[in-house]
Formats: sequence, C-alpha cells, structure tokens
Amino acid sequence: MIILKNLTLSDGSINDIRIDGGQIVEMGRISDSGTDCTDLIGLSGFVDPHTHLREPGFEASETVLSGTRAASAGGYSAICAMANTDPVADDSNLVERVYDLGVEAGLCFVQPIGAVTKGLKGLELSSIADMSTSRAKVTMFSDDGMCVHDENLMRQALLEVKKFGGVVAQHAQDPKMTVGAQMNQGAVATELGLTGWPAIAEEQIIARDAQLAQETGSRLHICHLTTAGGVEVVRWAKSKGIQITAEVTPHHLLLTEELVRTYDPVYKVNPPLRTADDNTALLAGLVDGTIDMLGTDHAPHSGEKKDCEWENAAFGMLGLESAASILHQVLIQSGAGDWKLFEEIISKRPAKLASLDNHGFIKVGAQANITVFNPHERIAVTEMNQSKSNNSPYLGLEFIGRVQHTIYQGQFSMMNQSVREH
Amino acid sequence: MKHLISIRDLTRDSAVALLDSAQQLSQVNQRTIKSLPALRGKTVVNLFYENSTRTRISFEIAAKRLSADVINFDAQSSSTSKGESLKDTAQTLEALGAAAIIVRHPMSGAAHSLANRGWVSASIINAGDGRHEHPTQALLDAMTIRQQKNSGDDLAGIKVLVVGDIEHSRVARSNMLLLSLLGATVSVAGPGTLVPEGIEAMGAKVYKTFDEALDEKPDVVMMLRVQLERMQKDDTFSTREYIANWSLDQTRLGLLGKETVIMHPGPMNRGLEISNQAANDPRSAVLRQVENGLAVRMAVLHRVLSGEDSN
Ligand SMILES: [Zn+2]
Repeated sequence: MIILKNLTLSDGSINDIRIDGGQIVEMGRISDSGTDCTDLIGLSGFVDPHTHLREPGFEASETVLSGTRAASAGGYSAICAMANTDPVADDSNLVERVYDLGVEAGLCFVQPIGAVTKGLKGLELSSIADMSTSRAKVTMFSDDGMCVHDENLMRQALLEVKKFGGVVAQHAQDPKMTVGAQMNQGAVATELGLTGWPAIAEEQIIARDAQLAQETGSRLHICHLTTAGGVEVVRWAKSKGIQITAEVTPHHLLLTEELVRTYDPVYKVNPPLRTADDNTALLAGLVDGTIDMLGTDHAPHSGEKKDCEWENAAFGMLGLESAASILHQVLIQSGAGDWKLFEEIISKRPAKLASLDNHGFIKVGAQANITVFNPHERIAVTEMNQSKSNNSPYLGLEFIGRVQHTIYQGQFSMMNQSVREH
Repeated sequence: MKHLISIRDLTRDSAVALLDSAQQLSQVNQRTIKSLPALRGKTVVNLFYENSTRTRISFEIAAKRLSADVINFDAQSSSTSKGESLKDTAQTLEALGAAAIIVRHPMSGAAHSLANRGWVSASIINAGDGRHEHPTQALLDAMTIRQQKNSGDDLAGIKVLVVGDIEHSRVARSNMLLLSLLGATVSVAGPGTLVPEGIEAMGAKVYKTFDEALDEKPDVVMMLRVQLERMQKDDTFSTREYIANWSLDQTRLGLLGKETVIMHPGPMNRGLEISNQAANDPRSAVLRQVENGLAVRMAVLHRVLSGEDSN
C-alpha cells in the first residue's frame, strides 16, 4: 500500500491518495502517514504515443527493459512502441512478443503499435485486424520512420482501422521530395551544403490524409508535427470536424536548425529541426489545442551510429527522460499554459489516442498510474542515463523541474528519482 | 589558428594577415632555393576521399617547400573501401605522427567533424567537403583578385560575379563568404535550378541571367566548373542550353571591361562553361590562381602548424 500526502493535483486541489491492490482506493484527507508530496504536482501517469524501443533487432541501442527504465525515469506509466523493429511488428505474433516483453519488464505499460504495411514497405497492408484482436489489442497503426505514401493504401488502412475504432498514425513525409534529405531546407542547409527537407513535404501529406480521414470518417493521427504550415493544415482539418489529432516532440518545441551548424549528428533527426518561427507556431498550436499532445519520438542509437560524419549518421534522439522537464520549461515556466493543460498534453490525450483506458485518470477506482512532478528542483541532463544509448541533444544542459516519483499499477516504478531495480 | 575548416572561422583581419603571409611566401617560390625550414620534422598528411590531383599536388608542394614530411593517403583505394570510418582512419594517421591532416571528402561537414569531435588533436585543413566549403580556394582567389586589382589590404569596392552551378559548388560558398568579408560585392548568376534557396543569406546578390549580371560591369568574373558527371545524370540538363545561357563565350567576352579579370578554379571544361578564347584571353588569371594556390597553402600550413605568422 502507498499513501501520498499533500499532493497538489492539476486542478490545484490538495489531496492525500491511498493506493492499494493496484488501484486508487481513497482520496481527500487521510490520517495515516505516507510519502510527503508537499509542493509536488500529482498528474495522471504520463503516456508516450511515440517511442522506439529497438527490441527485437537493435538491442545494442535499446531493449524493452532499458527503454521502460528510461520511461519510468521520465514519469511515463505507458508508452506506445513503434513498429520499426527487426523483424517489423506487422503481425499478431510480433506485437504479442513486444507486449510480453513489456509485461515481463513490469515498469510501465508497453502498448505495441502495429505496422500499417507489411515490412513497412508501403506495398500491401499488414494483418491489421489480427493485431487488433491479439493479446496486444493494438488499436494504433503506423509505419513511422516511413510515410504511408500511396494514397490508396492509406485510404484502405483508414477504412480497415475504422472497423474497430482504431487510428492510423502517419509519419508525414513525401519521400520523393525528401530524397537524401539531411536537414530543414532553407538558408542554413544551403550554407552547410546539406540536402534540404522542405516543409511542404510534410504539409501536403497532412492535407491529403486529412481529406482521406474526412472521406472515410476514420481517425487519423499526425506524428511529430514540425512546421508552421503543418499546424495551419491541422487547424483547418479540425475546423471541418475531421477526426484528426497531432503530436509534437519536445525537441521540435525547443531546438532549431541552427544547431546543425555544428555538424554534430546528435542533432540529426527526422523530421529535422526547423526554425524558431516553427517552434513558436508549434507552441501556439499546442496551447490552442490544434496540437493535442507531446510525443517523444525517443529514438536511441548506439555510439557508432552517431560518432561519424553527419551524412553517415542515423536519424533520431533520446526523449523519454527529458520530455517532462522540457514541457515544464516551454509550457509552465513560460506562462503559456497551466498544469491542467500539461496533464492533457502528456497523459490524458495520448491515453485516449491509444485507447489506454487504465491511463489518464486520478480518481478513486482507477488503476493507480500517477506521476509526481517536482517543479522546483533542477535536473542535469547527465543524470538522465537509463537508456542504453546516449544520443541526447541536451547534454550539458540543466532543466528546472523533474519527475520525483512514478507509480505504475499501484507500485513505484521510480521512487525519489531512483528507478526500481528489476 | 588551429584549423582551417570554414571561412566563418576567419575575421577580416585574420584573412588579410593570411593573404599578406601568402604574398611574402610567394617570393620564396620565385627564388632558386625553393624551401624554408619552418616545418622541418613535422608530418603532414593528405587524406583525400575524392580524386583531385591538382589540389593534392598543390598542398604537397606547399608542405615540402616548408620542409614538412608529406604522406599522401589515398582513401579511395585503401582500408576505407573496406568500411573503415573517417574517425578510425584519422586516428591511425595521427598515431603515425601526423601533425596536420588535409582532408578532401565528398560529405559536407567531414572536415568540421575531424576538427571538433575530439577524434584527433592534429590540425585539420579543409581541402573541400561536399558542397560546403573549400577555404584555400577562396583564399587563393582573394589573393589573385588583390594582385590583379592592386586593391590594398582588402577587396573593398570590388565587384565579383560568380557564374554557374552555385548549388553544388563549395568554391562558390567559400568565395561568397570570404570576398564579402573582405569588402567585395559578390553577385551570383546561374540556372534557376542550380541557385539554391537562401543563398542571399551568404552575402550574395542573385541575377537571373548572365547578361543582366554583366550589365553591372563586374571587376571579376569567376566561372564555375560544370560537374559533368552530375549533370549527365540529370535529365533536365541540356549542354546546348547551358552553353547558350551560361558560357563565357566570345560574345560575352566582348562585353567585359578591359580590366575585368577572368577566373576559374579549374580544371576547365573548355567549350562548355568557358570558351577557348576566354580561357586564353590575356585577362584570364587562371594560371596565376594556380600559382597563388601554392603560396596560400604554404601560409595556411605555416599558420596552423606554427601558431604564428611567417613574418
Ligand atoms: Zn517518424
């Protein structure tokens, strides 16, 4: 049994919370003593709609165990694992395998995402229905890393997931416009002599898919929105009543393409870092609800994939352990939003997106998935060391605000900034 | 100055000092005993991942004139074709005693990575990285312009026009940065598809046609080499069209002023970007560029390896 004392919830109320048998059993004033949470913020456990766990296939970069340790350290009680493993998670056996590894690790809920197309090849649909009825109960499907570029295939996928209320999460990148692309297209790419990734390659796929979602009446999710124009397209789609949601990554809120001038591949990510104007538009979209949620796009890579020339390096950066501190900086410290919005962005909306009914609530009777955030204490990025990889673009930085405790299924997966040993 | 990676690493004054030093060293090249003891006992490696006999030889002679030991490491036909990384190769060369590594690489940023990622502690000189930069080429071009125009310390008030495939040219990028740093006015002209977005941010004015650019009476016309290999893969590229619009042909040669300097980084495609007449014209400074290349590379080697100016 766990008792949290004096916890400030997102609505500002101060509560004690009693957790027993994996559930929240009592809230309000509890006379028994417990873990003191005075001046700490209690939020429903964080949910990441976009994690790369690398197992099976790339265990040198990350495993389900190391990835869920990073998740616990970052305050996550649930993460959605992308399908681009080796083999690709494109049938029920494979998604069940990842699901089971998550249960075995026991630190947070691992919800596998199924591939939209077989082998992420973009040629034929994977066994979407089978995955949805498997033990892993997959409702979200994505070829992330690749765009589902064929418009007819995308339409078929939307129709397929509609049968069970699922969603297609699109990595919006026109492949023909981005052949060999290395960074955001524009003056910096021109000076650095690197092939540009134009904003339009993202925007026009979002526009097309929004129309397909409208026509099919199905649910569409846009992974890692990066451009001001993309925000405009999503805003338009929502105004038409299209069932569209969108996520933004912490790095696209905080970092810009100027960092590429170092040619340090720790800043190499796909879609690429954009401009300060894009950062501003993304934050505005997050605050006005055009962008629904934060997705980390946590993408671990072992050293040799990054300690090389820019063009030879892999795309991707770590995100799970730093996400909440960054959201605290850009949303709360800046005054742009409040804790209620913070909780929506990092927990409630992604839980809804992935149909994770046990996540996104702090109430009596709910499964106890709670993150306790300390908005006062500093964290150096060097302390974020649970992942097997160290490709963090924030190394050397410090943030104000860090996760103090993470509770998953009624147990501390992280207590007082220490992840539970297995 | 530990490395020379990008013109962005230079100030106006450090660039002028390099040109002055190169000017002095060029006198050594005129003398019968063509060597200085400055770098005796130091080993300099030419690490070339692309074929460029001219640049490699220029660096090699420059290093030898300063009495350095030179190793030519042809990375195209060595262990790197067996998958050895740039980092491992550079570390091996350093273990063999390299004090400076002169690197030519097809990827933008390769020299920058060698200098800044803690892989090696040797001085790194960028001899061309992808489409990014070729700083010694820009320095030798600046030196040539300064001589031809008798312009004093820097290039204040001189109008330079760069013509051709700007998009894929590291020579153009380094020149835009350096020449404008030295006070020149730089313009570029080239086919629309080969003038990249945002090039104005590097200090250049963009002209849509060669003829329009010539109306501005440039003091220097720098023709870029057409990279035929690349162009032959591009279906939209027409040699005939290129010559009609972008070649320094006889007609355009006639439009140049008496004192206009014609430059080309070489090797020239005679009859393509530059006509035979233009290449042979007395206003052409192409051989002077080659000669100055030697002096500039001596000055750069001396600067990075001795930490002081030659004077
Ligand atoms: Zn993606």
